[in-house]
Amino acid sequence: MTERVARLRQQSLDAVPRLSLERARLITEFYRGSTEALSEPVRRARAFEYVMERKSICIGPDELIVGERGPAPKATPTYPELCCHSLEDLAILDTREKITYRVDDEARRIQAEEIIPYWQGRSMRDRIFTAMTPEWQDAYAAGIFTEFMEQRAPGHTVLGEVIYRRGLLSLQAEVDEALARLDFLNDPLAWDRQQELQAMHIAAGAVMRFAERHADLAARMAAETTDAVASAELSRIAEVCRRVPARAPRNFREALQAYWFIHLGVITELNTWDSFSPGRLDQHLAPFYENGLADGSLDRESARELLECFWIKFNNQPAPPKVGVTAAESGTYTDFCNINTGGLKPDGSDGVNEVTYLMLDVIDEMRLLQPSSNLQLSRKNPDRFLKRGLEIVRKGWGQPSIFNADMVVEELLRQGKSIEDARRGGISGCVETGAFGREAYILTGYFNSAKVLEITLNNGCDPRTQKQIGPRTGDPRDFHSYQELFEAFRAQMRHFVDVKIRGNNVIERLYARFMPAPFLSLVVEDCIARGRDYNDGGPRYNTTYIMGTAPASVTDCLSALRRHVFERGTVAMPDLLAALANDFEGSEKLRLQLSLQTPKFGNDDEYADGILRDVFDLFYDLINGRPNTKGGFYRVNYLSTTCHVYFGSVTGATPDGRRAWEPLSDGISPAQGADRLGPTAVIRSAARLDHARTGGTLLNQKFTPQVVEGEEGLDHLARLVRTYFRMDGHHIQFNVVTAETLREAQRHPEQHRDLIVRVAGYSDYFCDLTPALQNEIIARTEQTAW
Amino acid sequence: MRFSLHDGPGIRTTVFFKGCPLACRWCHNPESQSFEPEALYYAERCIHCGDCLRACPHGVTLEACRRCTDCVTACPAEARRVAGREMTLGEILREIERDRLFFDESGGGVTFSGGEPLAQAPLLEALLTACRERRIHTTLETCGAAPRTALLRAAALAGLVLYDVKLLDAARHREYTGASNGGILENLRALIAAGANVAVRIPLIPGVNDREEDIRGYRDFFRDVRPIRVDLLPYHRAGTEKYGRLGRACPFHGIAPPSAHHMAAIAAELSLTGVPVKIAG
Repeated sequence: MTERVARLRQQSLDAVPRLSLERARLITEFYRGSTEALSEPVRRARAFEYVMERKSICIGPDELIVGERGPAPKATPTYPELCCHSLEDLAILDTREKITYRVDDEARRIQAEEIIPYWQGRSMRDRIFTAMTPEWQDAYAAGIFTEFMEQRAPGHTVLGEVIYRRGLLSLQAEVDEALARLDFLNDPLAWDRQQELQAMHIAAGAVMRFAERHADLAARMAAETTDAVASAELSRIAEVCRRVPARAPRNFREALQAYWFIHLGVITELNTWDSFSPGRLDQHLAPFYENGLADGSLDRESARELLECFWIKFNNQPAPPKVGVTAAESGTYTDFCNINTGGLKPDGSDGVNEVTYLMLDVIDEMRLLQPSSNLQLSRKNPDRFLKRGLEIVRKGWGQPSIFNADMVVEELLRQGKSIEDARRGGISGCVETGAFGREAYILTGYFNSAKVLEITLNNGCDPRTQKQIGPRTGDPRDFHSYQELFEAFRAQMRHFVDVKIRGNNVIERLYARFMPAPFLSLVVEDCIARGRDYNDGGPRYNTTYIMGTAPASVTDCLSALRRHVFERGTVAMPDLLAALANDFEGSEKLRLQLSLQTPKFGNDDEYADGILRDVFDLFYDLINGRPNTKGGFYRVNYLSTTCHVYFGSVTGATPDGRRAWEPLSDGISPAQGADRLGPTAVIRSAARLDHARTGGTLLNQKFTPQVVEGEEGLDHLARLVRTYFRMDGHHIQFNVVTAETLREAQRHPEQHRDLIVRVAGYSDYFCDLTPALQNEIIARTEQTAW
Repeated sequence: MRFSLHDGPGIRTTVFFKGCPLACRWCHNPESQSFEPEALYYAERCIHCGDCLRACPHGVTLEACRRCTDCVTACPAEARRVAGREMTLGEILREIERDRLFFDESGGGVTFSGGEPLAQAPLLEALLTACRERRIHTTLETCGAAPRTALLRAAALAGLVLYDVKLLDAARHREYTGASNGGILENLRALIAAGANVAVRIPLIPGVNDREEDIRGYRDFFRDVRPIRVDLLPYHRAGTEKYGRLGRACPFHGIAPPSAHHMAAIAAELSLTGVPVKIAG
């Protein structure tokens, strides 16, 4: 990397996340003015304009791509209209052990004197919790589901190709044409559309003004500096910022800067979940790159430097702080911007190009927490692409993850997207499938099926709180068959899914009504044509997701019940329930029996994997295809971020031998230590789930560096991936573990039974080795650390 | 064993045949020597519940163990585990077929290893024939101590033969493995003469077969006998703990693995024969 990039990168790594109250202050100032007569969309647009016009801007030394969300790198704004933090929240953010945000006294004072007095009781969080039924409140408190929209706005959005072809002026003109076409005599919603379109017009102006301000600042700095080189660079920045995003970018650099202003606009307007993503960045940039090389205005190295400066910009924007349950389900600074590489072009041909490889070099060299990155791997993509990605993967810092691009297309087609829109799609967040630039696919919360099973075993009562929160589906001691138990589980699941969907449908309307996002709507297709907001069914496709978690844990629990209680009679239901209630205290033999002598998911075992399919079908049938409030449908996907830890912490001991409050299984991965036959068996089990009916699944695999070293190791990884995808798997990611993880496995072997290590010419389960040999491997792992 | 990566090309499933005619002192798979199932004891997993003692019809101590493996069935903690189980041809093929797509995708297949697969020659031959019909690549790993006709027949069916050569010196071979090497070396010559696809594997054991005269011997040998490749397998200690779990004393301990430098020097020396040499790890 160039010295410039090295300096900028180090600054970004060194910057300390802190809260900035500037945005909150400006928003509050604006709302306190006489704004109540405005329609909600126009009010939101004017508020946005008020912020973009006034917020502090900065251009740091050496920067090529400019603009920050806060007043400085990692200064993170708050969104009191969504979630108004209490002073206690601020203290927690400042002092908690992990994911801290510095909060200074001035910020505390502003929060206390200006923000809280206005927003308390008015924020979306307050509106949502007030609008929810007692059943919802009970289920939420019990940890049966989480609610994404209680602190952040609907997002999960990825930009399409529009801004690389058209500037905001052109989009504004389209808005004006739509306004001119409104038919107030025959369209009962004409006024609503008018307000929304006017809001989009205002929001476009706000972002153009924001870019202008950067141009003015750069020009002023250029004039003031005595350093000729710096002056020239600043003048160039000024020139770029006067061009984009008002007009379409003409070259590689303008394309990146145009995206970045749009990005800042979206994430300043609202605190959208998963930030915002540039989608098929390699494909969008390819024409600019090729033209630049052809006319001599660009070379590979300067393109790389620009991309690296762009990458650093993402790392400068930690996720706005979360508190409470939401912090537990997603505890990270990562804001989940996830850059896609490769995949297919809209015409179905191989989408890998030179910029793809350049971006992979950038990912390798930058090693930043943000942005996340992934390979969209189609069977049409060459192995060079896959292996270049895997070379980065095996360095062991967790990026990029790998997706089956052909499966993503199939999932989107099944949901009714056109083939071109499906191919333009990809993933965002962790693993979530979407049609980029055309879809609002809103994740609404994780669903804890393991907890529902616990409640089923307690006849609708939550044993943690002794509260009856589900229907009475029978005392399991009276069940004579596994089928009876499963039907009781189904009834409990139906109850809690209905509670969740009812809540979601209310929350969707609250956002449609009170929190439109006119700027985001401007850049997502069909919002202008429909005159409707992103949060109110404006996009071409509108999908609402509920995320399944821990299917492996649920499968293992049902498998244990079926095998031991109902089929073999080796464990009596009353004894099992008593042992669970006592967290296996004094029943270690029973716990081991359940844990070790149960067919478990992840071992290519038809018995266990058949139960997984039942668990999936149950969840799917209860959710898929139900209407949301925006003309779209509910869908399911399977991921957990850090939520399997939170859900585990509210779930008592389970029939799979898991002790109370311990984590549940993550994604669709086998439960910790349950898989004993290696990665091919895990993959075969995971492929028994029907990925085509989901909007994404997440599979984690762990290896030590020795397993994947050398050209052969790389080839084995590549073959594993290709085979899983041949079986229609959606996603796989590899953790190449460090010596620290191995030490952790020594301390807690029960959590790491699946950890495979290369011993010497062969591989073995780490936990099955003697301590001496384990230590030898730890020592070696450190020696060969990447 | 699935996802086996080091015994033949690609992603493989390895089928271990239990029972071996040799008893190499450095053997790292001692549980594969006997032809009977054996119980292993993993002390660190034991919860001292005593179920194994109660289950044992012989009044169990490790010394008195008759290897009935009743204790394995009784153990709730997997502290007692069994090495080896009887499987039919159909059961083995079903296991092999599970990873079929991984074989197809990676150019892998199945490896028959041991113990010594040729000690169960009829089963081996049936498996090799069935895999050939199913278009699954096969590798046969053998110590060569087997009747020549059976070896040649199996090799003709296998895609690749990995052939162990331990020591060229007859007396030392007998001393360290308990058997003569005369037949083994003659079998190798016959195999190569018959046109089989043979790679030789030499486990390099410090002080046993890595001395200068040993390496010179190998060099002269491979000028005459030409396998497609020689794999050098440096001695490692990973198997030593298994002796304790089998209730046996490890016959060979306190030996350090050969250094990478030493291995490279040996590889360079053997490369002079023109046969490709690979150091496996």
